[in-house]
Amino acid sequence: MSSSVPVIELKGVEKSFGAVDVLKGVDFAVEAGKVTALVGDNGAGKSTLIKGLAGIQPYDKGSVKFEGKEISIDSPRLVSSLGIEVVYQDLALCDNLDIVQNMFLGREEIFRGTLNESAMEKKASETLSGLSVRTVKSVRQKVERLSGGQRQTVAIARAVLRDTKVVILDEPTAALGVAQTEQVLALVKRLADQGVAVIMISHNLVDVFKVADKIYVLYLGKMVAALDAKSTNQNDIVGYITGTKSTEVAK
Amino acid sequence: MSSNLENNVIGTGHEGGIREQINGYLLKVKSGDMGSLPAMLGLIVLAVLFSVMSPVFLTALNFANLFNQAATLIVLAMGLVFVLVLAEIDLSAGVTSGVAAALLVIALHHDVNWIVAILIAIVTGVVIGYFIGVIVAKVGIPSFVVTLACFLAFQGLQLLIIGNGGLYRIENSQVLAIQNSNLTILQGWIFYLVSILLYTYSGFAARRRRSRNNQTNRPITFLYVKIVLAAVFGAVIVSALNLERSSNKAFPIHGIPIVIPIVIILFVLGTFVMDRTKFGRHVYAVGGNPEAARRAGIRVTGVKIAVFTICSTTAAISGIISASRVGSVDASMGRTIVLNGVAAAVVGGVSLFGGKGRLSQAVIGGFVIAIIDNGLGLMGFNSGINLLITGAVLLLAASADAISRKRGSAVIR
Repeated sequence: MSSSVPVIELKGVEKSFGAVDVLKGVDFAVEAGKVTALVGDNGAGKSTLIKGLAGIQPYDKGSVKFEGKEISIDSPRLVSSLGIEVVYQDLALCDNLDIVQNMFLGREEIFRGTLNESAMEKKASETLSGLSVRTVKSVRQKVERLSGGQRQTVAIARAVLRDTKVVILDEPTAALGVAQTEQVLALVKRLADQGVAVIMISHNLVDVFKVADKIYVLYLGKMVAALDAKSTNQNDIVGYITGTKSTEVAK
Repeated sequence: MSSNLENNVIGTGHEGGIREQINGYLLKVKSGDMGSLPAMLGLIVLAVLFSVMSPVFLTALNFANLFNQAATLIVLAMGLVFVLVLAEIDLSAGVTSGVAAALLVIALHHDVNWIVAILIAIVTGVVIGYFIGVIVAKVGIPSFVVTLACFLAFQGLQLLIIGNGGLYRIENSQVLAIQNSNLTILQGWIFYLVSILLYTYSGFAARRRRSRNNQTNRPITFLYVKIVLAAVFGAVIVSALNLERSSNKAFPIHGIPIVIPIVIILFVLGTFVMDRTKFGRHVYAVGGNPEAARRAGIRVTGVKIAVFTICSTTAAISGIISASRVGSVDASMGRTIVLNGVAAAVVGGVSLFGGKGRLSQAVIGGFVIAIIDNGLGLMGFNSGINLLITGAVLLLAASADAISRKRGSAVIR
């Protein structure tokens, strides 16, 4: 696969709830090995765009291409079979289970009818060390004993356990302190370095500029900007988000 | 996925020598994750206390009696662990056991084969549990309300089956044998030997699996110590139960009561389901965070229905055991035992907040409740005092749970 073909490409995507048009013809593309940030004010349509990709709320109109092929995303199951994983803001971890158990929840490995703990533990360790995670002491720690950053780490590691091509992160740093934010952002970068296409939704522009290769800005259901992170700055992005700047600079 | 695998930067809890392991365990206990440790200590204290204070407590007869007394409660509590882990409750488990026992005794009185009669009782549990599960999981009524309704309704059902003020004796010797007959001394030792061998085998098999995957194992000393402890502990119990406990030489009574292997088999089966199967993992997941479980693709409704079915089925078995002990079934059987069952589980360390609990904790908690009942009874206290103390112990255990919970959350960095 040539690197110029986006893993996911949306063209003219529309979605409305009753009389309210939330997405009014949105174009969006993410590439493998890149961190694509999706920013926008509350109500701009970020969640709706992501829920469409996650298969929870299919789009009304528009084309969705996955690895260059036209597809129709209509169920979370299909999405996960394509290798697209969503890490929601509320993480959805079971506090009473340990890291391995959480990472394999719902897709436990079975050997002769019983749980193959040893194999799962091994794969979990490998995935975490593959992401150079060093903040976690033991993979058999209960998740309730983990810090916010560590929990985020587990949720992300869970998302890339299998052959994952796209990881969608919803506000991964929203509830974290400074040091933990750094850890998670480093993890996001490593994810992209491993060839995963990362979509990161965030309100925090500082964080966005630290990791993003490309920044998309949604404003009232329209994609008002698609910029290389290197060729823009925070002031411009704020302008697009708030609507004071509205030149189409789609590249 | 990637090639830069750095070898084992992240531990698994199996690393380190004996000292590190023990320190790790102490840290866990200190941070509030005590499991059944308080109940275990309580059990030892109570046993010592009653041994000193009552001359009868340590006799062979009473020792065996204790197991017989505890069996009904322990089986019921083991079933309740499943629903408690889901953060649900089954208030009707006691009357379910009563209804099952009632149908058992009626079937026996109609000359139904005893195996069929027992199956009828067990299927009754399955049906009741499935019904409760569907109402709770599909209709979405809190289990407290559903099972409270069942608690009332099934008392009526039991009354209708048995008849007002009625009482049916159990004449069938096989059913009576569950609580009133014993293994021979030889059978007892064979059972002991097989159990210890299986325990040893499973311990080594687990280590082998890990080493085959190049994973670190805990120091093998721990396994040896565990096996030796189990062997010694088991041998003491089997020897004590093999002592002659009849005061009449013409009617010798000795050996392991048949109910003990039954309870042990149920316990091993239940623990296996909870710890080693996908289903068990999903039960804990749903108990810990239903939304996370749902998103992980677990069929939460199905898990709930299955859990209530398991609980009621176990309750039915407990009803059979209880009927065998009492030797008869009346219209009020099983009415109060459910609260003792919940108490047993909570005293043992099962959390009422869901997500945490093991069958072994129900067993230990069941023994604590049974030993209080037994010991205070021997010392001639009336049942008023007995209930007061049982209540106090439950409150103590629940406080320990709540406090350890607080301490546990304070440890989070």
